Amino acid sequence: MIREHDSVIVRTGARMLVPPIQIFALYVVIHGHGSPGGGFQGGLILAASYILIGLTLGRQELRRRAREGVLLALACLGVLVFALTGVATLALGGALLDYTALPFPGGGTAARSLGILVIEIGVAIGVAGTLTLIFCRLAKAGEGEEAP
Amino acid sequence: MSVLLTDLFLTLLMVLALAAVRVRDLVGAVFLLSAYGLVMSMVWAGMGAVDVAFTEAMVGAGASTVFFLATLLRTVRTERARPPRGRIASLATALALGGLLVVAIHEFPAWGDPGSPASLHVSPRYLSEGYRETGAPNIVTAVLADYRGYDTLIETVVIFTAGLACWLLLERREP
Repeated sequence: MIREHDSVIVRTGARMLVPPIQIFALYVVIHGHGSPGGGFQGGLILAASYILIGLTLGRQELRRRAREGVLLALACLGVLVFALTGVATLALGGALLDYTALPFPGGGTAARSLGILVIEIGVAIGVAGTLTLIFCRLAKAGEGEEAP
Repeated sequence: MSVLLTDLFLTLLMVLALAAVRVRDLVGAVFLLSAYGLVMSMVWAGMGAVDVAFTEAMVGAGASTVFFLATLLRTVRTERARPPRGRIASLATALALGGLLVVAIHEFPAWGDPGSPASLHVSPRYLSEGYRETGAPNIVTAVLADYRGYDTLIETVVIFTAGLACWLLLERREP
């Protein structure tokens, strides 16, 4: 069963670690253009911060911060951002995911750079929501049964 | 990374994989797989595939370990001993397939060979025009999110589908 950890050192350490982890996740997403990482890795790190909350502060605390309905909505939103970008490029007369068709200021390279950022943010939201959701469900499934 | 260090890591991978198969305690096996993911990510990093190393460290060493452990909470911790049956056939199959791979590996192009088929098709264009066309200095991001955006879209849908499957299969009412 996944519940609050007994040690105050573990709980406090986790509370202190979560904000830097989340800032780093945002950094990895935003800097995907120039440094290793991107939407997928950043989303994973964001999910890891919530999994850390679940493992150390218990599933109830995790549920207080991120309800399953919200996580499912985020998972859907991430995929929708990506897919609708593709639909928008098609509707505006470009090829699928050809970001130059989107009405970004600057056009050309600037539009493609911004288009990459948009879909990276979509991937990050989707991956973070999906992985936290999987963890929530796995943790909840084990509840009420004695670990052998 | 030096060839010696890569060889050391690759040998360590084999030891970890064998240990993960042999160990009876499943929690131990999960952590051995986690270590496998970490060493694998160092091999990727040493080969210059930093994005892959990043993902491997997050998924192979991190997320999958937690998911395995959460799953183990629902089941037994030790592997049940099975009567040894079909061992000869398994050994023969493993040796035959392994031998085939060892023979086939000589047909592989050398690591980083600029004349290999993978480096000749579209890679030169991505490398020479990628930054000018997409404004992304990290060519991996340019390929993943722009040139090959369609693939990445489907990958995102695959992950979403996995999450949806877990959400539906592990449904349980709040106590």
